[in-house]
Amino acid sequence: MAVISIERMGLLSVFFVCLFFSSAFAVDRGNFKTCDQSAFCKRQRAFKPGQSPYRALLETLELSDSRLTLQLINDNNKVHLLLELYRLQGNMTRVKINELKPLKPRFEVPDVLIAEPPTEPLSVLSKDDNGVVLSLGAESQRLIVSARPFRLDIMEGPEVLLSLNSRGLLAFEHLRLRKDTQAQPEGAEVKESVDGDQQQDEGKKDEDEESNKEEDGLWEETFKSHTDTKPNGPTSISLDFSLPGVEHVYGIPEHADDLKLKTTDGGDPYRLYNLDVFQYELYNPMALYGSIPVMLAHNTQRTMGIFWLNAAETWVDISSNTAGKTVFGKMLDFVQGSSEKPQTDVRWISESGIIDVFIMLGPKPSDVFSQYASLTGTQSFPPLASLGYHQCRWNYNDQEDVKSVDQGFDQHDIPYDFIWLDIEHADGKRYFTWDPHKFSQPKEMLQGLMDKKRKMVAIVDPHIKVDSGYKIHNEITSKDFYVKNKDGGNYEGWCWPGNSGYPDFTNPEMRAWWASMFAYDQYEGSMENLFTWNDMNEPSVFNGPEVTMHKDALHGKWEHRDIHNMYGLYVQMATAEGQIQRSGGAERPFVLTRAFFAGSQRFGAVWTGDNAAEWDHLKISIPMCLSLGLVGVSFCGADVGGFFKNPSTELLVRWYQTGAYQPFFRAHAHLDTTRREPWLFGPENTALIREAVRQRYALLPYWYQLFFQAYRTGMPVMRPLWVDYPKDTATFTIDDEFLIGSDLLVHPVTEEGSRGVTAYLPGAGEVWYDVHTFQKHNGAQNLYIPVTLSSIPVFQRGGSIIPRKDRVRRSSACMENDPYTLYVALSPKKFAEGKLYIDDGHSFNYDTKKEFIHRSLTFANNALTSSNLCPDCNFLTSSWIEKVLILGASKPSKVVLKMNGKETPVDFEFDSSMSVLTLRKPGMNAGDDWTLLLQ
Amino acid sequence: MTCLHLLLTLVFAVSLGTPVEIQRPRGVPLTKKQFYEESKPFTCLDGSRTIPFDRVNDDYCDCKDGSDEPGTAACPNGSFHCTNAGYRPMFIPSSRINDGICDCCDTTDEYNSGAKCENTCKELGRKEREVLQKMAEITKEGFLLKQQLIEEAKKGREEKQGKVTDMQENKKQLEEKVEALRTVKEAAEQPEKEAKERHLKAWEEQKAAIRLEKDKAKMAEAFLELDDNSDGFVSVSELQSHAELDPDADGTLTETEVQGLMGGAAQVDTSTFESVWTNIKDKYHSESQPEEPAPVETPPDEVKEPAVDNDSEPYPEDDISEEDDEDEDDEDDYHEDDDKAPPTVKTPEKSHEDEEAMPPYDPDTQALIEAAQKARDDFEDSEKALRVMDDQIRNIEKELSFDFGPDAEFTYMYSQCYELSTSEYIYRLCPFNRVSQKPKYGGSETNLGIWGSWSGPENNKYLVMKYEHGTGCWQGPNRSTTVKLTCGKETVVTSTSEPSRCEYLMEFTTPAVCQEPANTEPSPHGHEEL
Repeated sequence: MAVISIERMGLLSVFFVCLFFSSAFAVDRGNFKTCDQSAFCKRQRAFKPGQSPYRALLETLELSDSRLTLQLINDNNKVHLLLELYRLQGNMTRVKINELKPLKPRFEVPDVLIAEPPTEPLSVLSKDDNGVVLSLGAESQRLIVSARPFRLDIMEGPEVLLSLNSRGLLAFEHLRLRKDTQAQPEGAEVKESVDGDQQQDEGKKDEDEESNKEEDGLWEETFKSHTDTKPNGPTSISLDFSLPGVEHVYGIPEHADDLKLKTTDGGDPYRLYNLDVFQYELYNPMALYGSIPVMLAHNTQRTMGIFWLNAAETWVDISSNTAGKTVFGKMLDFVQGSSEKPQTDVRWISESGIIDVFIMLGPKPSDVFSQYASLTGTQSFPPLASLGYHQCRWNYNDQEDVKSVDQGFDQHDIPYDFIWLDIEHADGKRYFTWDPHKFSQPKEMLQGLMDKKRKMVAIVDPHIKVDSGYKIHNEITSKDFYVKNKDGGNYEGWCWPGNSGYPDFTNPEMRAWWASMFAYDQYEGSMENLFTWNDMNEPSVFNGPEVTMHKDALHGKWEHRDIHNMYGLYVQMATAEGQIQRSGGAERPFVLTRAFFAGSQRFGAVWTGDNAAEWDHLKISIPMCLSLGLVGVSFCGADVGGFFKNPSTELLVRWYQTGAYQPFFRAHAHLDTTRREPWLFGPENTALIREAVRQRYALLPYWYQLFFQAYRTGMPVMRPLWVDYPKDTATFTIDDEFLIGSDLLVHPVTEEGSRGVTAYLPGAGEVWYDVHTFQKHNGAQNLYIPVTLSSIPVFQRGGSIIPRKDRVRRSSACMENDPYTLYVALSPKKFAEGKLYIDDGHSFNYDTKKEFIHRSLTFANNALTSSNLCPDCNFLTSSWIEKVLILGASKPSKVVLKMNGKETPVDFEFDSSMSVLTLRKPGMNAGDDWTLLLQ
Repeated sequence: MTCLHLLLTLVFAVSLGTPVEIQRPRGVPLTKKQFYEESKPFTCLDGSRTIPFDRVNDDYCDCKDGSDEPGTAACPNGSFHCTNAGYRPMFIPSSRINDGICDCCDTTDEYNSGAKCENTCKELGRKEREVLQKMAEITKEGFLLKQQLIEEAKKGREEKQGKVTDMQENKKQLEEKVEALRTVKEAAEQPEKEAKERHLKAWEEQKAAIRLEKDKAKMAEAFLELDDNSDGFVSVSELQSHAELDPDADGTLTETEVQGLMGGAAQVDTSTFESVWTNIKDKYHSESQPEEPAPVETPPDEVKEPAVDNDSEPYPEDDISEEDDEDEDDEDDYHEDDDKAPPTVKTPEKSHEDEEAMPPYDPDTQALIEAAQKARDDFEDSEKALRVMDDQIRNIEKELSFDFGPDAEFTYMYSQCYELSTSEYIYRLCPFNRVSQKPKYGGSETNLGIWGSWSGPENNKYLVMKYEHGTGCWQGPNRSTTVKLTCGKETVVTSTSEPSRCEYLMEFTTPAVCQEPANTEPSPHGHEEL
């Protein structure tokens, strides 16, 4: 059957091999730019720290209630910039810098902020010739604007929290006319070159250089036969930030690297430029599929964030004054009363747009999360089923194949919720269609899944086959919705279907039309249990520069250069909107995306792209998803098993065990790999995988509750330990274990042939319970855990209550009415608390009609109480409490259930060896108020 | 007694067509009814603990083995028994009780979920009986066919073995004949060779004499031509007029050079000219004749790229590009070699001298040649016959060497091919040889594997055939095909699929795998209970 597709693949493959991809298994670095090969990065990076040429013109200061403006001047070229400062609600400061009078407007990122951030009054505390001191509200926080050279310092009491332009790296390439085409030079331009010629200080990059010789890459730049015409010339911007007292910075995904960001001295900066990187390598700062320009800075005292709102290609340099020091050196500093305070310096460089920075001042990690959430929104609350297990492969060949895989899960008693179809399902990669031979009866197939309460995802990529027989293409063409090339024609590039057009998702009308294509009468063969996967939305253009779109392509009046990093966000936004609309706004969407930007969390899930079946790729899935969680994207996962290559059985089992404890849990495999459905590796391994998946399903109530919390507050679901233990420096670099919420600590086994792992259990004076054996361990220790192939080291925090559904069924929907078991893990003070969240699992009624149950569960003074956190909510569940396990308990003489003023005795058992008290079938409805008394 | 009772219940139930509930906890099979006695505490079937009977099926899991909750979903490892009267009883995981999905055809698994299930047992039972009946018929007929196949194969095998024995006998005779004819041939060739040599030698001598004559005549002619003043001598100056004789080819024929040619003499007469002639005859141009044109290099028209025809159908582009670069280079080299060595083309410029053809052999020699030729032909014919026979023997022996099953029941497939046409491709299975796939609408055939081995399960390896080492896949393995054999009256490929990339699966029916039907008529549903 597949020769046709093989031949297609063959063609493409040849194309790959010839054009960009080496045949060896590794990224071909030559296909992607280094900073040196990216003209603006090279230009900006050549700038060294020193005296800034920028000066604040204090006499231009204007202060309205919440907005301060001030002009800056570059003494080298006399170009005026406009600085805007805002005090935002929730302890944030916004700094905007644009040209005072740009030749034409510069791009400002729309649609990422959920609203214009509400401001708070700013007041001038003092002002003199050297600068201005502004009050940032109550917490003795001040913002100091220094005039000459220009710099900003944010202080709290005597401490400097953060400084801008303290190293003098502010650089703003103003729009200009090209010299050789300049008919009537403007005054300013003339001045610029004259002044420039006069001033050459300290080896700084001076704009005068261009008058001596046309500097490379200002008006045109070529990379591997692709020429970027730059009709607007140089437009890049740069700004530096200093973080005194900070040694740990995180975030700025997506990179296949450690959680803690490294210094970039002597190497390339971290790059943010959404790219389809074939066979990416680990532990380097190369760009990947998505970009979120948010960095978190953390020390024992405070957590802060920097959100650089810019969608153009961006590079981030990090340096540290303690980076090179050994532990001994640091100790010596400490003993000698350290000469120097540790400090991290960060510099952001973007190719175009304006400087628009949000400084989130914390001080707690949770404050930074809610601050960032208040700007860009929180994680969308996913349908419950999407937190279950997803079975994917490129490709399930036909309907028969789908059916037999579905049956395989039942035969082997492994639950799953979604089966996925990759690009081969469509008719010639024409998305929104079905292959007439292989998937001739999609509704029949979807109905078959629906009968088992299961769902499907079919891929819809943004590249549209140029084919006059294809409805989608014709409509986009007739509505003129395609991205344009620099000459105004439709931009065309090569992707899976061959020659393809790329809809302009930045256009709201285009997005509205795209959304309408998901209506059941438009998307033929679709049903309510069909969801969507947006791949290749960087966008991937096989024959484009760096496998993406030409920067001089046009989205209306803006260049692709300006919007590149948010193209993928728009694709997912429009797709999710389509899914909402098809149900008349009733049902939650589920859309997976590969490319993303700040704000993408509002639209669905992301995954870490085309990884490989290698142990290191399993390991890197942890820091990659942790980094995303820190900057808003909680719904993250990596392809279980690894996309490229065939995993060993051990690796596959370990990956299931790890993936079962990561937010988005999907197995996926490349077309060229051998089949790897969970039951193909012998009964023992089937059993191991089954057990891992069942652990996931039992914990779905907890996952769901955490996603509700993430949706409400912006708290990440999967978190680094330091988020909950911010003062414990031992946690700051840990990225081989992680927390799910606050209450589960997971240390997956990610080493081949491992016989044991050492997990760090945080929290002095706290305890952790092994969730499998209920054995209690003290916090603040490194615990060696011997492991077998069946081990998944997971611990529940003493002091927490986790609701589980231990009756695992074939899909999450089948478990809807099942009873809960409460796992009450007592702290040393015999206290525990937790939450329970219940709704219908799929609609927006929780939001629009307050149809949900939200309860607080508290164990204190030998009483476990369920109380209502949302008294005006209404939702009825038939789920009840079948069992309560109290870990770390002592034996009571009797147990009584108090409910509706009545007391009934409850049977119990006590296991004295592990101090586990099991309350048998208390039986109350999960939505009721009740108390269980241990007497 | 219990047994009898059970049996009676069964008969009764079947005849009425309505299930009769025998009191026992929900989800318990009759075989285990005795463990669930309402009047007594219940002991978990693993013996791990004993609980009051009211905790059986109370929707709370007390037993580790799940045995206290046969009728609820409370235990993670429990199983539920549905009677499915009219169809087959079965166990389902207890996690499927009341999950809203109808699993048991008698609907008993969904007693409290609100799922609207219909009792489909009768229908299923009827269908299953039909299928079983059909299967039984097929098996029966198939098995009969198989007996024939075995019989035929046995006969065929014996025939072939006999044939091989015969042929081996014949071969021996043939070998002897070949040897005899070789002797005859060699005996006839000796006189032939001698006679031919004689003839050739005589002709060579004759030719030399003629050549000498010619040379002499030429010399005389040249002498006359050179002797410009007709004084009977050729002088240095006379010779000097022939610039073409310049020994160092520098364009001028100097006096010294001429003297050299003339052996130092100032002039030569006809007799002494002979030595001079030897020096100059190769270069000498007759004055009377126009300069002989240089032999025209005949453009080898007929040689023009003979390779093109051989290779007019290049590989389909995609296939070729799937090869490694190295391979491509190799192929290119190969083609170049082809071009460099065109098929034997006789160059016309074989000889400058238009010599007369050799005179025909005299009748004696001719007779000898003819005799030898006949001996040669006879020898070659017999040798060829021997080769053919060898091939035949080898083929039969190869066939006999295949594992055609315990009773050689698969023999009949040998050298047969079976095709299946799908919407896009025609699949072709040639058992014990190869599997291939050809696009329906043009395009070249793809090899999906050549015969590898029987690779069914240990208890019957003859249920699966494996074909391996087919055309390679890009960045992947070589294509391979697994052929699953099931009992059928006809030998047919019923389906193909590609579950994993480049790993094909084929379903193939044949009487050869039909098992002997059970002695007794298979009961349509062998319920031991209701």
